[in-house]
Amino acid sequence: MSDFVSGFWNIYVVGIVLVSIIGCGVFLWSQSSATTVEGATTGHVWDEDLEEFSNPLPSWWRWLFYITIVFSLFYLAMYPGLGTYKGQFNWSSTGQYDGEMKKADDQYGPIYKKFQSQDIMAVAANSEAREMGQRLFLTYCAQCHGSDAKGARGFPNLTDNDWLFGGMPEQIKESITKGRDAMMPPKGLKPDLNGDQIKDLAHYVRSLSGLASDSIRAQRGKELFAPACSACHGPEGKGTPGLAPNLSDKIWLYGSSEDTVTETITKGRINRMPAWGEFLGEAKVHLLTAYVYGLGGGSKEVAAAAPAAAPVAAPVAAAPAEKK
Amino acid sequence: MAPSTPRQSQESRPHFVEESLYEVHQKVHPRAVSGIFATWRWTLVGFTQLVYYGLCWLPWNGRQAVLFDLVERKFYIFGLVFWPQDVIFLAILLIISAYSLFLFTAVGGRLWCGYACPQTVYTEIFTWIEQKIEGERNARIKLDAAPMSARKLWLRTAKYSCWGLLAFWTGFTFVGYFTPITTLWGSVWSLSLGPWETFWMLFYGAFTYLFAGHMREQVCKHMCPYARFQGVMFDPDTLTITYDTERGEPRGARKKGVDPQSIAKGDCVDCGICVQVCPTGIDIRDGLQYECIGCAACIDACDQVMVKMDYPKGLIRYSTEHAIEAHWGWKEIVGHVVRPRVIIYSTILAAICVAFVWGIATKANLRVDVIRDRATLAREVEGGLIENVYRLHVINVSEVPHRYAVSVSGLPGIDMIGERILEVPAAAARSFTVQVRVPPESGKKGSNQIFFDVKSLADEKVAVHEKASFLQP
Repeated sequence: MSDFVSGFWNIYVVGIVLVSIIGCGVFLWSQSSATTVEGATTGHVWDEDLEEFSNPLPSWWRWLFYITIVFSLFYLAMYPGLGTYKGQFNWSSTGQYDGEMKKADDQYGPIYKKFQSQDIMAVAANSEAREMGQRLFLTYCAQCHGSDAKGARGFPNLTDNDWLFGGMPEQIKESITKGRDAMMPPKGLKPDLNGDQIKDLAHYVRSLSGLASDSIRAQRGKELFAPACSACHGPEGKGTPGLAPNLSDKIWLYGSSEDTVTETITKGRINRMPAWGEFLGEAKVHLLTAYVYGLGGGSKEVAAAAPAAAPVAAPVAAAPAEKK
Repeated sequence: MAPSTPRQSQESRPHFVEESLYEVHQKVHPRAVSGIFATWRWTLVGFTQLVYYGLCWLPWNGRQAVLFDLVERKFYIFGLVFWPQDVIFLAILLIISAYSLFLFTAVGGRLWCGYACPQTVYTEIFTWIEQKIEGERNARIKLDAAPMSARKLWLRTAKYSCWGLLAFWTGFTFVGYFTPITTLWGSVWSLSLGPWETFWMLFYGAFTYLFAGHMREQVCKHMCPYARFQGVMFDPDTLTITYDTERGEPRGARKKGVDPQSIAKGDCVDCGICVQVCPTGIDIRDGLQYECIGCAACIDACDQVMVKMDYPKGLIRYSTEHAIEAHWGWKEIVGHVVRPRVIIYSTILAAICVAFVWGIATKANLRVDVIRDRATLAREVEGGLIENVYRLHVINVSEVPHRYAVSVSGLPGIDMIGERILEVPAAAARSFTVQVRVPPESGKKGSNQIFFDVKSLADEKVAVHEKASFLQP
């Protein structure tokens, strides 16, 4: 497909190129001799004694130019350069790119295939696969999850045991491939909460994991917790997999301070893990899954039950699976 | 000032001709010469080629002593290993070469061209082979003019084969500086050379053959950039090869023993030998010329003739423009060597050489780059401590594996989690993740400067004190 909008430009380019090349040849030919004064100099004298020698160039010099012209015509027959003519070799930069990708695929494909045929546990135990996984992780995942995979504010720690969307190999793989969306509505299911009530709730939530809290406020908060929060977070705040995190453990995605918890309740939270499946391809996702799983936090139970990956907008999950 | 318009030379009535701007090259057949300067030239040929052909065969610590491993991106020169980060030394080496050239040229003219340039060196070797096979100058001229015969065919074949072998060996040696030459030698015999090795060997060999066998002085006359700009580095005190016109003219033949003054002739007997020995085919008696490469063959030749004629040597000699004008002796010439231009070149050259040597002597065997995890900023960990994550990129430049101890300092209460002993193989780089924890009240909000100390366990002197920054939220 040509970028030109009119066929004229093609002829224009071809014309200019051919006229220039052949013109050079004609120019060389016509200038290969000169009318000059007999003798060593050209006969011109400047500034009383400045003269110019009339030394001929060796003829191979001229032949090299002619060879260049012949070569350029040959080159333009083989490679694109004359307008939209593609050249006998059919070379294109996208074609070269495809060739290089294929070469890389031939070289690296077997390595990926080898690991793809193994299950995640086996891949996680393989040191070569771990190193490959680490390099992939550092390239694609470390910007959010940190190069030690311990996360940051708003980005989960992948080395701990807390998996909102499941820590089984298939669940981790699904997280990477399809991404995850998480949303906490502001003020839970009670949008009419006022500032003081939110503060009470914050204290109660902190008390669930043993953090310092005002016991009176915590008591009031406990009463508010049932209607506002327990639908997703569970009656004791132990969380619902795939839906809402466990509020009674020591792991805080946004921070545990009173201000932070208050902010979480007041404004809600929206978070997203991008979908990497199409960008990375199955082979790399497989290695990454194994690497993340092998960081130590993945579920140790062999997947006997069906994976309980619940999408975000689903209502309360039927049977919240207890996770250690 | 308005440019003056050219006007015809008024000495002669202009006689116009149609002239080709190109001419077919006439081969130069230099006559063999011997003498002081020829000896110097051949000594340098021997020395430079001994180094070139021999250096790549020297071993060092189980590897080739001088090896430019482009694939692994390491240049080995005996005990020194140069990484791409050390390219500054190559730049400095080139600057040193340039200033040396300026200095030598200002003092003695085209010393490089006549004595050391590879073009001259290889042309001399190839000419010597030609002379040994085809004979002296007159024999060679006759052979060129003769029609093809069995003898001519045999001589030419012998000559081209010798040249070809030497050219191939030259190309092979060249590639041997980039691929270990012992393995390369094996590959040649087992015909298992890689495509690029083959290409470069043939390329370099073919050009050696072409330039030293056929192009010869045309490289100097038409291709070499140094030939073009060396003239600007001369001044009237530069030693150049000079024909003493005052002493030599008017030239002419005479019987031996006849006093030249009695027949109103100069010392030049017009034997033409200075023209015959010249590798570029010029006549030095026309004065200093662009084509003259300063090989001093004409000096040696003329001195021999002068000795035969019982005249003093030096009709053609190294002299300067001022010396010729003012009839100076050697004392004055040498006295004028030390002049502003030479002093400045020498000073700059000395300073750069010292910097170069010092730089190499103090070249670090250990490099550490600290890359802080940017996106994670700072995170809170158990105990309320603030943590920043870093990747330490440790480059072990030396050729032995090392184990390094890492520690961190710079803020009160600072501590490090992660591997404290880093093991890095020889001539390799490794990345390590470490986490640095600091009490929340330590330092100030925002960026704080901290330091990583990486020390080799084997050698305390191999140590790096690397800056980094720690973010307090």
